[in-house]
Amino acid sequence: MFIAKEIQMAAYLFASILFILSLGGLSSQESAKRGVLFGIVGMIVAIIATVLGEGVAGQVYIIVAIAIASVIGLMLARKVEMTAMPQLVAILHSFVGLAAVLVGFGSYLDPHTHSLTGAAHTIHLVEVFVGIFIGAITFTGSIIAWGKLDGKVPSKPWSFKGLQTMNLVLLIICTILGVLYSKAEGTSGMLYLGIMTAIASFIGVVLVMAIGGGDMPVVVSMLNSYSGWAAAAAGFMLGNDLLIVTGALVGSSGAILSMHMCHAMNRSFFSVIFASGSGNGSGGEKKAIEGEVTALNHEEVAALLKDARSVVIVPGYGMAVAKAQYPIYDMVQFLRKAGKNVRFAIHPVAGRLPGHMNVLLAEANVPYDIVLEMDEINEDMPETDVVMVIGANDVVNPSAQDDPASSIYGMPVIEAWKAEKVIIMKRSMSAGYSGEDNPLFYKPNSEMLYGDAKDSVEKIMGFLKA
Amino acid sequence: MKVGIPLEISQNELRVAATPKTVKRLQKQGFEVYIQHNAGVKANFSDKEFEEAGAKIVATAADIYGNSDIVLKVKEPTMEEVDMMREGLVMLSYLWPAQNQPLLQKLADKKVNAVAMDAIPRISRAQKMDVLSSMANIAGYRAVIEGSFHFGRFLNGQITAAGKVEPAKVLVIGAGVAGLASIGAANSLGAIVRAFDTRKEVAEQIESMGATFLTVEIEEDGATSSGYSKEMSKEFIEAEMKLFLEQAKEVDIVITTAQIPGRPAPKLWMDYHVAAMKPGSVIVDLAASTGGNCAHTRNGEVYTTDNGVTIVGKLSQLPSQASQLYGNNLCHLLDDMGKAEKFKIDMEDAVVSRAMVTHNGKINWPPAPLPVSPTAGGGAKKVAAPTAEEVKISDAEKSKKAATTTVISLAVVGGLLLLVGAFAPPEFIQHFTVFVLAVFVGWQLITNVAHSLHTPLMAVTNAISGIIVVGGLLQTKNELSNPMTILAVIAILVASINIVGGFVVTHRMLKMFKK
Repeated sequence: MFIAKEIQMAAYLFASILFILSLGGLSSQESAKRGVLFGIVGMIVAIIATVLGEGVAGQVYIIVAIAIASVIGLMLARKVEMTAMPQLVAILHSFVGLAAVLVGFGSYLDPHTHSLTGAAHTIHLVEVFVGIFIGAITFTGSIIAWGKLDGKVPSKPWSFKGLQTMNLVLLIICTILGVLYSKAEGTSGMLYLGIMTAIASFIGVVLVMAIGGGDMPVVVSMLNSYSGWAAAAAGFMLGNDLLIVTGALVGSSGAILSMHMCHAMNRSFFSVIFASGSGNGSGGEKKAIEGEVTALNHEEVAALLKDARSVVIVPGYGMAVAKAQYPIYDMVQFLRKAGKNVRFAIHPVAGRLPGHMNVLLAEANVPYDIVLEMDEINEDMPETDVVMVIGANDVVNPSAQDDPASSIYGMPVIEAWKAEKVIIMKRSMSAGYSGEDNPLFYKPNSEMLYGDAKDSVEKIMGFLKA
Repeated sequence: MKVGIPLEISQNELRVAATPKTVKRLQKQGFEVYIQHNAGVKANFSDKEFEEAGAKIVATAADIYGNSDIVLKVKEPTMEEVDMMREGLVMLSYLWPAQNQPLLQKLADKKVNAVAMDAIPRISRAQKMDVLSSMANIAGYRAVIEGSFHFGRFLNGQITAAGKVEPAKVLVIGAGVAGLASIGAANSLGAIVRAFDTRKEVAEQIESMGATFLTVEIEEDGATSSGYSKEMSKEFIEAEMKLFLEQAKEVDIVITTAQIPGRPAPKLWMDYHVAAMKPGSVIVDLAASTGGNCAHTRNGEVYTTDNGVTIVGKLSQLPSQASQLYGNNLCHLLDDMGKAEKFKIDMEDAVVSRAMVTHNGKINWPPAPLPVSPTAGGGAKKVAAPTAEEVKISDAEKSKKAATTTVISLAVVGGLLLLVGAFAPPEFIQHFTVFVLAVFVGWQLITNVAHSLHTPLMAVTNAISGIIVVGGLLQTKNELSNPMTILAVIAILVASINIVGGFVVTHRMLKMFKK
C-alpha cells in the first residue's frame, strides 16, 4: 500500500506549515502549548507520509526502532530535572548530529547515488560530504557541551595559541579530501569520507572546548542551529523538501538566537564562536575598586526585607546550582502577602541556556507576570528598596557601564546598584565567568551574604516568619 | 579607648549624640562608653536604658570632657564647654566652621582635634556619615507635617456625601535631600506637589517622588562640583521670582529648603510673594537658622502675618529618631577611623582631612577643594559621550556605509546565485529556492519569540530537527544484512529519541508557565 508521490508532497507541505506555526506559536506563553501540538501533529504527518511513500521497505525495523526510541525519549524527558535542562538539550542535539552522519553514509552507499552522472553526481557527492561534515561537528561539539554543562568536562575555556590556524589547516585538509573523494569511483571514496568524519569530529571537540562556561547559552543555541543545517543538508542529498524546509527553519532560528545572546552580552558572534579573545575592552588601566566588602547575616537580611516595600530578585546560575527556586518563591509569596512589591529581574544571558531562569522559576510556579526582563525593570531600580542578587555576578557588574577597560564594558547589565540596598548572595568572593572583579560588591550600599543560596533563603525565611 | 557623651546644654537642642543602640555598636567597635546623667532625656532615652546597653553614667560634663579620648556631641560647644576639654581630645560635633571662626581658634588653642560633622564631604563613600543628609531627611518630612498642622485642612482631595474637598497644593523650593523628603511626604498625604530647583539634573528625581518639576525658560544650570547649587545670574533670578509670584497665588503650603554652605540662605520668597498668598496658607522655612529663604521668617518662631499667612521658622527635630540616625553617622565615621584598636587621625584620608577642622593646634579650614564630586560619574560619561552633532555626523556616515555594504553584498549574493544557476541541475535549484525561503521564514519567526520562552523554543526546534528521521526512513531496506539498513535504523533510533524527548520536555516546561 503506497500513496502517490503527489499526495506525499502535499502531506510534506502540510507538515512544513505545521512546523512554521509551531515555532510561531512560541511567541507568547498563551499560544506556546498550541505550538507544541502543531509540532507533534506535523511530525506524525511527516513520518506517516514517508513510511507510506513509494520504495520504503523494512517497516518492521522502522517500527521497532521508533518504539524503542519513544520509550527512551519519554524516560529522558520525564526524568530530567529542570536545572539539568541545558544538558538534556545539548545531548539531544548530538543525536541529530549523529543521525545526520549516519544518513550521509547511508546515502553514499545507496546504489542510486552512483547511477547519477555529471553535475548531478558531483553535487550529490558534495551534499553528502557537507552533510556529514556538519553532522560530525554537531555530534562531538554537543557531547562536549553536554560534558561542560554537566560538570564532566571543566567548563573553563581550553585553548592554545594557533588554535585558529590549526582549525584552518584542518578545514583545508577536509577540502582536499573532498576533492579526492568526489573523484573516486563507486564507493571507493569511503576512506576519504571516514578520515574527514574523524577530522570534523575533532574540530567539533576543540571548537566547544575553547568556549567558556559563561558563553554556553550561545554555544547551545549555535549547536541547535548546526543540527538544523545538518538536517537541511540531508534534505539536499535525499532531494527531500520537507527536510530542507525544516532544517532551514531550525538552522536559521538557532542562528538568530545565538546572535540575540551575543548582542545581550555585547560580544561579536564570531569572537564567541571562535573564542578569539573574550574581551572587547579598549584596554588601558582598569579602574581601581574603592571601598570595602561588608557582609550581613541572615537575620539582618530578613530585617531589611521586612522593612522594604519594593524588592527585586536577580537570579543567576548560582540559583540553578543550588536549586533554590522553590524556597525563593516561598519567600516571595510570603513577602507579597505582606503587601510588598516583589519581582524578578532576568538578564538575557543569566544561566547556561537562553531563557534558563524563566524555566526554573516557572518550575517553582512563579507567575510569569512578576518575572521581568532587564529592560523592563532597570528604570524601576532607583525606587527599589532591596535588590537580592542570588548567584549572579557579571550581569550586575557596574564595570560594564563605567569602566572602558573592563572586558564586559558595553554589555547591558541590570543596574542593581541604583537601588537603596543590594544584598549579594554568593558562595565566595570569586569572580564571575568573565573573570572580572565586580565593583558592585564594594559599593557602600551593597552587602554580602555568603553561603549556599538554598540554605540562605531558608534561613532568611525562618527569621521572616519569626 | 573612652568615648564620652555630654548632655546638650542648649535648651533648643533635643537630640543626643548616642542612643542605647549606638552605645551597643560603639562597644562592639571596642570603645568604653561614658554618658552624662540625663543626656538622653529630651530624646526619650533614660539613663536606665543607657546603663542596660552597657554605658556608664557620669555625673558632670567636666568628667566627660576631662577623662574621655573621644567626645560625641550634637550642637557646637560653647566657649565654657571648650574650657572643660582636655588637650588632645577628639571631638565629633556640628561646628559650622565657616560661621564660627572664634570657636575654631579656641579649639585650636586648646589643642582639641575637632571634627565638624557638617563638613563631611559629599562623596559616595562618605554618604553613611553625612549628617546633613540624614538630618535633612527628617526635616523635610517634619516640614510637611508641621505645615499641614498649621494649614489646618485636608491635604488630599475627597469627594464625600457632604461635598467635594479640593486637594491642597504644595510648593517645594530646593530639591535636595530635605526637599525630596518633603515631596515624598506631601505626595503620600495626597497633596498636589510642585517643586522648583535651579539644578536641571534633579528634574528626574523630583518627578520620581511624585511632584511636577517647575522650571524657568532660561538656560542656566545651578549644579556645582560640591553637590550644592550655586548662586544664579540676575536674569535667572528675575524669571524665578516671576514664576514664584504666579505660584504664590495658587499654592497653599510653601516649603523652602535652599541653603548655600557657609553663607546666609538666599532670599527667594519676598514680601510681595507673601502678600500674594491666600489667607490661611503656610510657609515652612527650613533655612530659618541661616537667615531664612523667606523675607519675613523669624528664626525659632511661628507667627501669622497681617494677611493671614503662617510662617514657620522652627521645627521639632523628632529627637529620638534624629539621635539614632546622627549616632549611626558618628559610628560610621569612627568605624572609618579604625575603631578603638587602630584609632588614627589620618590626614591623608579624603573624608577625615576635610572634616577635621582643627588638628594639633592648627586650624584646617577651609579644606582643599574636592577632586571628585558626586556628579563626577556623570561628568566622566559626558566626556566619553559624543556631542549631538558628532552623533549626527557619524550616523550619516554609518548609514552611507551601511548602504554601500548592502549594495555590495546584494551584488555578491546575486552573482553567486547566477553561478549556481549556470552549473547546477534544475532539481538542485528548486531545492535551493525552498531552502533559502525557509531560512527567511525561520529568521522572521524567531525574531518574535519572547525571551522567557527561549528554552522551550530550543527544545521544540530540537524536536523538530529530529525530522532527519525521514532520511533514515527513506534508506531502510528489507535486508538487515545491508549496511545501509543498519545505518538507517540507528539513525531512526537516535532521531526518534530526539523527537519524543524534545516534544515531551517542551510540553512539561510549558505546563509550568502560568500567570
